[in-house]
Amino acid sequence: MENKSLVSIDDLSTEEMVSILDLAEEFEKQPSQPILEGKVIATLFFEPSTRTRLSFESAISRLKGKIVGFTDASSSSVTKGESLYDTIRTVNNYCDLIVMRHPIEGSARLASEIADVPVVNAGDGANQHPTQTMLDMYSIRKTQGSLDNLNIFLVGDLKYGRTVHSLLMAMSRWNTTFNFISPEELRMPVEYKLYLDKLGLRYYEHSDFTDIIKKADIIYMTRVQKERFSDSMEYEKVKNVYVLRNHMLKNTKDNMRVLHPLPRVNEIHTDVDKNKKSYYFQQALNGVFTRQAIITRLLDLK
Amino acid sequence: MKEPKQLSVSAIENGTVIDHIPASSLFKVIQILGLDKISNQITFGTNLESKKLGRKAIIKLAGVYFEDDDINRIALVAPEAKLNIIKGYEVVEKSVVEVPDEITGIAKCVNPQCITNFESVTTRFRVVSKKNVSLKCHYCEKITDQEHMVIL
Repeated sequence: MENKSLVSIDDLSTEEMVSILDLAEEFEKQPSQPILEGKVIATLFFEPSTRTRLSFESAISRLKGKIVGFTDASSSSVTKGESLYDTIRTVNNYCDLIVMRHPIEGSARLASEIADVPVVNAGDGANQHPTQTMLDMYSIRKTQGSLDNLNIFLVGDLKYGRTVHSLLMAMSRWNTTFNFISPEELRMPVEYKLYLDKLGLRYYEHSDFTDIIKKADIIYMTRVQKERFSDSMEYEKVKNVYVLRNHMLKNTKDNMRVLHPLPRVNEIHTDVDKNKKSYYFQQALNGVFTRQAIITRLLDLK
Repeated sequence: MKEPKQLSVSAIENGTVIDHIPASSLFKVIQILGLDKISNQITFGTNLESKKLGRKAIIKLAGVYFEDDDINRIALVAPEAKLNIIKGYEVVEKSVVEVPDEITGIAKCVNPQCITNFESVTTRFRVVSKKNVSLKCHYCEKITDQEHMVIL
């Protein structure tokens, strides 16, 4: 790989992306291999993120790597006032690769410049979370057989949703049609729409969650978060409009799958879980294979 | 009767004249170019009348010549600055500053959640638009536009 670290999804060329997805496929067939035997991976979680951390630690453990680290900043020296620079310089001595989650934007890029070992960004504030994007891509390719010519529906908070922005940027490298479904106040920012215009990719915006979804190959649901609304009345009005229920899937395509970065609150009704078109739990499992592929690739072990 | 043209700041024999600096940016330019740290003879004038800028400043540096990369650093604060290279009291070359492709230091990232506003790290930007200068932070990837730009 050109970059020794994975900080932003834009760090990957299209070829590198595809190659990582191919490698993840191999790990799906055989997730337990002693590839990381003798390696120490640091998982530095400056803010808690149980789901992401467990996924990384499962990925590393199945490859027989050892894990050192902390699960939130209160159990690290940050509480003593240590700078990120000093923390990374120190941890760099103890491990072969750093997985880092940090609430401040740009912290992962800085860490990658300080460390001699590769850094994997496991989320830097509202900025980037590239392993999430890679596992979303993996799930899309696996369920659709290809990344080309798909119609992707993004639903919910499209304004602040980091995952939907990264997914849009990544999928725009293929011939993708986008449909955006969101309340007025949480629409896709104009810079992303301009970007799609520049590439000549089609997109449609809707404020109603209707049977338009029958055209979808992928429905990517996100949470509409209460704290995004300045007016809580507005939130009450929209919170139940963007809920996916099983009966809504009746006329959707056979190949269509519902994705969600999780955790979900109420935006996907539990009656969808039994539908074979629901895919969010397998999607989470795919995160393990994708992270195995990213770590082994960054360490140049495969 | 036409009055003879008088120079507000005396001429130099050899060196560089930076003209058309907005008066309010003079000390920023001095700081960015590190002129407060060199021992060459420097004369400057400020709040001079200018049709274009209202009030302009001018700096004359004896025996100092700049590389393009160095002088372009002032483009953020003095986008219309003009350079005259002087040899033997004659202008031998004229040039304008150009906004460079990358800016290191100088500007502050507008994003309060950016790591550069927490740790002691030099800011770094890619210039995404040169006309209405717009900078993309190398770290947090957010855009700082001209309107919100703060010079460090």
